[in-house]
Amino acid sequence: MATLTHHPDCVPVVSSRFGKGATDIDRFIELGGYESARKALALGPDGIISEMKASNLRGRGGAGFPTGMKWSFVPKQSAKPKYVLVNGDESEPGTCKDRLIFEHDPHSVIEGVIIAALSIQARMGFIYLRGEYRYLLQIMERAVAQAYTRGFLGKNIFGSGIEFDIVTQTGAGAYEVGEESALMESLEGKRGIPRIRPPFPAVVGLYGGPTIINNAETIATVPHIFRMGGAEYAKLGTERNGGTRLFALSGHVNRPGVYELPMGYNLKKMIYEVGGGIPNGRNLKAVVPGGSSTPVLTADEIDIGMDFDQVGKAGSMLGSGGVVVLDETTCMVEFALRTMKFYRHESCGWCIPCREGTDWLEKSLTRVHRGGGVDKDIDNISYLAENMLGRTFCPLGDAAAMPTIAFVKKFRKEFEDHLDGKGCPKHHAAEPEPALV
Amino acid sequence: MADVTLTVDGRKITAPAGTLLIEACRAHGIEIPAFCYYPGLSLQAACRMCVVRIEKVPKLQTACTTPVAEGMVVSTESPEIAQARKATIELLLGNHPLDCPVCDAGGECELQDMTFKYGAHESKFVEIKQHRDEQQWSPVVFFDRPRCILCYRCVRVCGEGMDVWALGVQNRGAGSVIAPNREDHLECEECGMCIDICPVGALTSGAYRYKTRPWEMSHVGTVCTHCGDGCKTTLGVRRSSDGMEIVRGDNRDKSGINGDFLCIKGRYAFDFANRENRLTRPMIRKASGRLEEVTWDEAIEFAGNKLREIRDSKGGSAIGVIGSNRTTNEESYLLQKFARTVLGTNNIDHHRTADYPAFFAALSGKAEASLRDIAGAKAILLLGNDPTEQHPGLAWQIRTNIRHNQARLYVANHGLIKLRRQAAHFLEIPEDGYAGLVAWLAGEAAPLDDDKSAVAFREALRKEESLVVVFGSEFRGIDIAALVSLGSSLPNVKFACLGDYVSSRGAADMGLYPDLLPGYIPVAAPAHFKEEYPALPTTPGLDLVRMFDAAEAGTLSGLYIVGANPVARYARHSDALHNTFIVVQDMFLTETAQFADVILPAANLYEKTGTVTSTFGDLQLVKKAADRAGVRTDFELIVRLAAAMGADVKPLVPFGQHGTRADMGQARGAQSGEADRHGVWLAARHLEPKLSPFDPFAIFDEIQRLVPAYNVQRLDLLAGNDQQLKPALVQIEDIAARPDLVLPSNDTLFTSGSLGLYSRTLHSVLESHKPVETAAD
Amino acid sequence: MSTTVFSPGLAARFDKLVTLYPLKRSALVPMLLYAQDETGYLSDAVIAEVAERIGITELDVRSVISYYSLLRTRPVGKYHVQVCTNISCMLRGGNEILEHCKKKLGIPAKGVTPDGLFSLEEVECIGACSWAPAAQINYDFHENLTFESVDKVLDEYRAKFGSGGTK
Repeated sequence: MATLTHHPDCVPVVSSRFGKGATDIDRFIELGGYESARKALALGPDGIISEMKASNLRGRGGAGFPTGMKWSFVPKQSAKPKYVLVNGDESEPGTCKDRLIFEHDPHSVIEGVIIAALSIQARMGFIYLRGEYRYLLQIMERAVAQAYTRGFLGKNIFGSGIEFDIVTQTGAGAYEVGEESALMESLEGKRGIPRIRPPFPAVVGLYGGPTIINNAETIATVPHIFRMGGAEYAKLGTERNGGTRLFALSGHVNRPGVYELPMGYNLKKMIYEVGGGIPNGRNLKAVVPGGSSTPVLTADEIDIGMDFDQVGKAGSMLGSGGVVVLDETTCMVEFALRTMKFYRHESCGWCIPCREGTDWLEKSLTRVHRGGGVDKDIDNISYLAENMLGRTFCPLGDAAAMPTIAFVKKFRKEFEDHLDGKGCPKHHAAEPEPALV
Repeated sequence: MADVTLTVDGRKITAPAGTLLIEACRAHGIEIPAFCYYPGLSLQAACRMCVVRIEKVPKLQTACTTPVAEGMVVSTESPEIAQARKATIELLLGNHPLDCPVCDAGGECELQDMTFKYGAHESKFVEIKQHRDEQQWSPVVFFDRPRCILCYRCVRVCGEGMDVWALGVQNRGAGSVIAPNREDHLECEECGMCIDICPVGALTSGAYRYKTRPWEMSHVGTVCTHCGDGCKTTLGVRRSSDGMEIVRGDNRDKSGINGDFLCIKGRYAFDFANRENRLTRPMIRKASGRLEEVTWDEAIEFAGNKLREIRDSKGGSAIGVIGSNRTTNEESYLLQKFARTVLGTNNIDHHRTADYPAFFAALSGKAEASLRDIAGAKAILLLGNDPTEQHPGLAWQIRTNIRHNQARLYVANHGLIKLRRQAAHFLEIPEDGYAGLVAWLAGEAAPLDDDKSAVAFREALRKEESLVVVFGSEFRGIDIAALVSLGSSLPNVKFACLGDYVSSRGAADMGLYPDLLPGYIPVAAPAHFKEEYPALPTTPGLDLVRMFDAAEAGTLSGLYIVGANPVARYARHSDALHNTFIVVQDMFLTETAQFADVILPAANLYEKTGTVTSTFGDLQLVKKAADRAGVRTDFELIVRLAAAMGADVKPLVPFGQHGTRADMGQARGAQSGEADRHGVWLAARHLEPKLSPFDPFAIFDEIQRLVPAYNVQRLDLLAGNDQQLKPALVQIEDIAARPDLVLPSNDTLFTSGSLGLYSRTLHSVLESHKPVETAAD
Repeated sequence: MSTTVFSPGLAARFDKLVTLYPLKRSALVPMLLYAQDETGYLSDAVIAEVAERIGITELDVRSVISYYSLLRTRPVGKYHVQVCTNISCMLRGGNEILEHCKKKLGIPAKGVTPDGLFSLEEVECIGACSWAPAAQINYDFHENLTFESVDKVLDEYRAKFGSGGTK
């Protein structure tokens, strides 16, 4: 249903098999599938990890941690079984890329899991999809079943004598479960409350065993790295930011869609050339570069390369690759409010700063947007967000605080315009909102 | 583990590696605030109050999850940290009702204290607070949702601590709410731990709410009057129109052998003391046959004269004495001394709930296990009993030991008792199968040889390097001997024998037996008691059952019953009892008191001073907390009765001559200040305090002198610390032939013998736990 | 399980589900989802049976249910219309689509039509950002929505059911 969008600048790696019928295992094999797993099998654990390190692949979930290094943290000896976990709980607003991978190339996920498992000698892997992506469960389960019948999974994978199983399941609606330790809790049948860290999953993860957990795109990229070689993959990107990634372009652009572009691709170019610019001849106001949790960039801050380091230098984050474009008509208070409404809804409620902070921020932003704001509210919103930042149990608090701080800092004038009972200037201009039925 | 050295606020401190920073700091007097952290429960790191700055770490860190490390440099207070804590409090106060003036927790609320400390005085929000009506979850548990700060202490203590799991969290985010297990109410053990552990006033108790302000109470740490575990309970007392009223029980003093724990009885079932139908005026049965109120002098004189008349005309053997499971050691001791030296009879007994004589005879001088031994044991073998119901403090310590120290529990029981859930090995055996099990464990062939789980049980048990054996009243006489002998074949074994009430053990130790003197010395061979008790009869007297037989047969003319209800317990309510002169000392008009000729209103354990011994041999000080106008302690009444009979009180209670060893008032709890000062003043002038014959410590001197097991450190005892009795050799000839007469009380969490019947809380909980009757279809 | 509130097929699936994981409890979330797919919502009877199958308390099951936004303890319409209004959808008219659905169905958000055919909910990001505005009806995605396409989709569902709702 959902399809990749093409542009001449695109470099299809992880998306190279999209739209080619690769959901079927025969077609997948025809396109070179499962060769990487065989290569990895021959390389052995140490070989796999050095290839991964050479690729400079950094986690595509948002934090951008080097994948090879993450795998190398798993202890060789362990009394408890080790696991590989695919985080397909894609739920960062503005992000819809992993969905395409599962839909078009499920076997690359399976193959990536097998390679990850070989690197740490895990015997079991789990693919966790977000609950809303139920249709992908059928696709994944079918692919897994096919892999079993070919002997790529099961008691003796690829005739190596190694046993490996995969279980696929979905979540049931919780952004927080995208946090890796919360995902493990969810997979253990509990409320998705993150765990105290350390210990980190590489040492104590699922069921208490050492665990590799990676974003779906990261895992799906792994077979391609072994296909083309780690160093070759790294060359596609920028320094310390190997390869390509899927960017989901959304909002006020003429050609929204998911594009695979090299790491470091210029953001301005992405909006105006790949995305075809802003509709209706309007001007750009702001860009949220990496999903709703990343601080907003103003129109004159976007001439940057889209890799973890350059976006970081610009004061934001590359995040999940969800690029949300806002034109000049966007009310930034409303946008900030909608962002906070989401985090309030998704806060797990565990720690006080996030649970109460998101709630009070939503209330305050609602009031300012509707026209009940008072002078101290603007500073208060910043104060609340700044006091959440770095103080919460898990990164969700930061995800709510960081964009809020940026919205107020960069668009304070718009907040001020809402004060003194005036409400949203935009809404005054436009027609009144339709009344509730 | 090895110690590490770290720097906190410029001070060098050392702590064992692995210690949590918050604990290391607390141990050195550096208080780090926390709502969610609670020692012994799983870590939450949810409240973010304990954040500290650790050098070289970019973010503030939670002290509750950070283990100490060598060379770590920490600051626990700084403007940055204070601001973080203040911001957290501001968020909490956003919706927390400021009803502190009427909140039960006001004055002892952690949120209030933190607000005071960090000054979150400015209101950041203008939204109206969300009100939710308070809910009653059980007769004792109320929940006020807006006050809840979601620290999850209650959820954890109920689940991890109590293994009840009656509390959970529903919803998420700001909508998160603590929820009971049955939609709108709780189905649980009603221990009240959730209320006690709540840092704010979200969980409040039906027994205490809206009764007083915390600062209006005096707090007296004493020992619970219910089961035999000897838990320390702190009673909050307040002046009332007729004395000092108990308004609250809690465990704020965690120095007791129960640590954090109290069950429903220790926490709420003090309320019998406040019952309006308590006896407060002495009564005599007049010629009309009716009990009528009289003055104390009249009642005591009448009882004394009558008892003297019987003794002088028919001899001491025509009088019987029944003692109590709830009086102090001093009172039990004095009662038997009174019986043996003033009445001149060995007809003395009590309601026996465990065969302690057989136990100590079998131990023959070996040490028993204190509750602290069990709390730290590597392995525990529990045979019989259901501690969750009958010894909740013991059950708590066993669970805690398993949770914290991975102790191994072996349970054999004829019922599926709850503690099996913690057991490494559980064996269900027939009710009469205990002796057979012990024989099989000792190596005899039995059908259990074919039972795989039984064999695994035995094999694992035999591998234990040290063990505490805890057994219930299923074991008596020679079965105890066989069990002790089995245990002695294993390395490092200690034993504990479970009796039912606060003074069941004390009554036994103090010689409330027709054949045994204090310290289990046979009356037939009285040893040093020969000199101590002039004219001591050396023939064993009648036991409790035979006393009633004799009364009904007309051969027992007088019966003195102290704090016991044998008429109900043994179902002895023959009209023939009216021919016996009966003196009853009690709090209520019990089934037994209804047969009395004289009723003497007595104080309860919360209204007196003395010592009690737990079933594990832990000796503790009882402090006077409450007071009720019109009642007297059993101690005083025994002395007065002796005096009324014309006895010389001086040899009965050796007051005066050993005065310097006596209590200076430390034991008197709420009223202690003045006595303390008086004692200090006297001591400074080398003067001897002049003691009264009603001072139980005069008798405690004598107990320590005559019962070797009780010769413990006096100072530690007076300081409120439990003291384990010393092992003492007990030799009873032909223990196998001695009738044990043990009658288990079979109490549950919500019953407590006759006393429990007078607790409204226990009654209301029992009512609420009755299954709802549904219409038959 | 001797008696079950589920169909024989689902009961058999659950029997197998608990064996897939190293710990039985891992089957809880999927089990609740599949149960809900069959029974429409998680009734007391469903909760009781799931608790028994997993071997945990009902309170524990309720704690888990109330954490996840897709799990519900009250019935919804046969076709549950979930309109995303999160940022990407909002920028492209998600709120207006929601308002349109309210009018079209004659119910407020969280409402159910009197015939029980439709229910409406405003939801958070469903992962269709690049194809905004979007909605899910049950598990089906409907993307690049316009008022016209919403009308068409809703009419199709109504026709599929064949109940002949008239509004």
